[in-house]
Amino acid sequence: MPRVTFIEFNGTEHRVEVPPGLSVMRGAVNNGVPGIDADCGGECACATCHVYIDPAWLGKIGTPEPGSMEASMLGFAAAAEPNSRLSCQIAMRDELDGLVVRMPDGQH
Amino acid sequence: MAAAAERATRDDAYSIPLEQIDVSDPQLYQDDAWHPYFERLRRDDPVHWCPESRYGPYWAVTKYKDIMQVEIDHGVYSSELGGIAVEDQPKGLERESFIRMDPPKHDEQRKVVGPIVAPQNLAEMEATIRERTIRVIEGLPRNETFDWVERVSVELTTMMLATLFDYPWEDRRRLTYWSDVVICNVHAPESPVHSEQEKFDELKKMAERMAELFNERAKEPPKFDLLSVLAHGRATQDMPLREFMGNLSLLIVGGNDTTRNSMTGGLDALSRHPCEYQKLRDDPALIASLVPEIIRYVTPVIHMRRTATQDAELGGRQIRAGDKVVMWYVSGNRDPEAIDDPDNFIIDRPRPRQHLSFGFGIHRCVGNRLAELQLRILWEELLPRHPVIEVLAPPRRTYSNFIHGMRSMPVRIPAGH
Repeated sequence: MPRVTFIEFNGTEHRVEVPPGLSVMRGAVNNGVPGIDADCGGECACATCHVYIDPAWLGKIGTPEPGSMEASMLGFAAAAEPNSRLSCQIAMRDELDGLVVRMPDGQH
Repeated sequence: MAAAAERATRDDAYSIPLEQIDVSDPQLYQDDAWHPYFERLRRDDPVHWCPESRYGPYWAVTKYKDIMQVEIDHGVYSSELGGIAVEDQPKGLERESFIRMDPPKHDEQRKVVGPIVAPQNLAEMEATIRERTIRVIEGLPRNETFDWVERVSVELTTMMLATLFDYPWEDRRRLTYWSDVVICNVHAPESPVHSEQEKFDELKKMAERMAELFNERAKEPPKFDLLSVLAHGRATQDMPLREFMGNLSLLIVGGNDTTRNSMTGGLDALSRHPCEYQKLRDDPALIASLVPEIIRYVTPVIHMRRTATQDAELGGRQIRAGDKVVMWYVSGNRDPEAIDDPDNFIIDRPRPRQHLSFGFGIHRCVGNRLAELQLRILWEELLPRHPVIEVLAPPRRTYSNFIHGMRSMPVRIPAGH
């Protein structure tokens, strides 16, 4: 099963299995990884599952469409960067095995 | 409500013809009588057309998932066309603000104020908030009846507002007064103003006073308070007077009133659920989930309104362009399809943050983390000092269909606690 490494803001790493089809956000929540709040439950409506994609993976993951809901919500998130994504919008697939994402200081 | 009155309300809610159910009546919220009407609507007519009300015809959206759809689809459901309240702003006296705008202008202005309440800045504010909270609660009387709203909720949130605006400390109660003016229903006897014109005039005075500070800050180097960021923000530095009035009203109300009512409503809810209160005393770590549960249970903003920009389908009903669409957060937060056992106050429920009180989508409450921080600190400092606080009578509530306000609540801290 593909694995994702979540790195908390303080550096703590969590390596968890995420079944294909499930969102990266759901993978964190289901495994009790701290630092992903996901207040809206995956509707792309709150920006509290904000992560930074490891640069090595950005090509495979891609960035949100300009003008999309995800881009709008990230526009209001604290400390958004060009490699920011909402993890509820990334569906897990086999080719993402080994994905590394980092968490911001806090979800807002 | 007393049991008999509650039964009578319930009978009425289930016996009147559906089309006569009008949940915009502010009396329902002052009397805390809204529950059964929404319970029936969620069951029988979840996207409900109310053909006649004092605010004109409107759709009442009552279920969590339908509210979420309206929240997300801001292209179809506009905040700009008709504003955010079921009651239109009075003609000729409108005050623009970014919560009443659609993209792109909304986005530009919201981004100016967002950093003030972002996690990093909150971490810097935490020590100040805690020190003040301790001071306020250590000064509370023992074995004597006092008003929790006045002594705790208003006091703490007024201090917070003064800090957010860097407003002269000794005059800070003006901020609370203006906040009450913004949210008041001018037809309520207890209202601080009694006509829309009078409200407008008071808010103009507020804007004039704030403009003095705004102009001073514009000349000074940028710093981290709301007036300074507005004065230096490209999207906000040249606002017309009405927009300045509107945005200040928004930030003042958003920055205190909702948290004020959660501070009161939280204690009220705990006192009505003594087992939960005891659970909290036994395990203060539950404050982490207590705080979002308070915010859900209290639902400080009763509704938000949108206006359809085009025809659309919602929950199987046909919405027409121009229709008023009202999202009743109080109802969505009690929707058993989204939240288990929603009428119970459960401080350790799973997924406590999945509630509608902050709204969702691009208009989601910008200060939500600050609100949570203030409530967390209040309960962290209260529990070790005053583990028992007796609520002596139910809170007196505000006559409003928009702000779920509590105007006073008598309490007593027994001697020895």
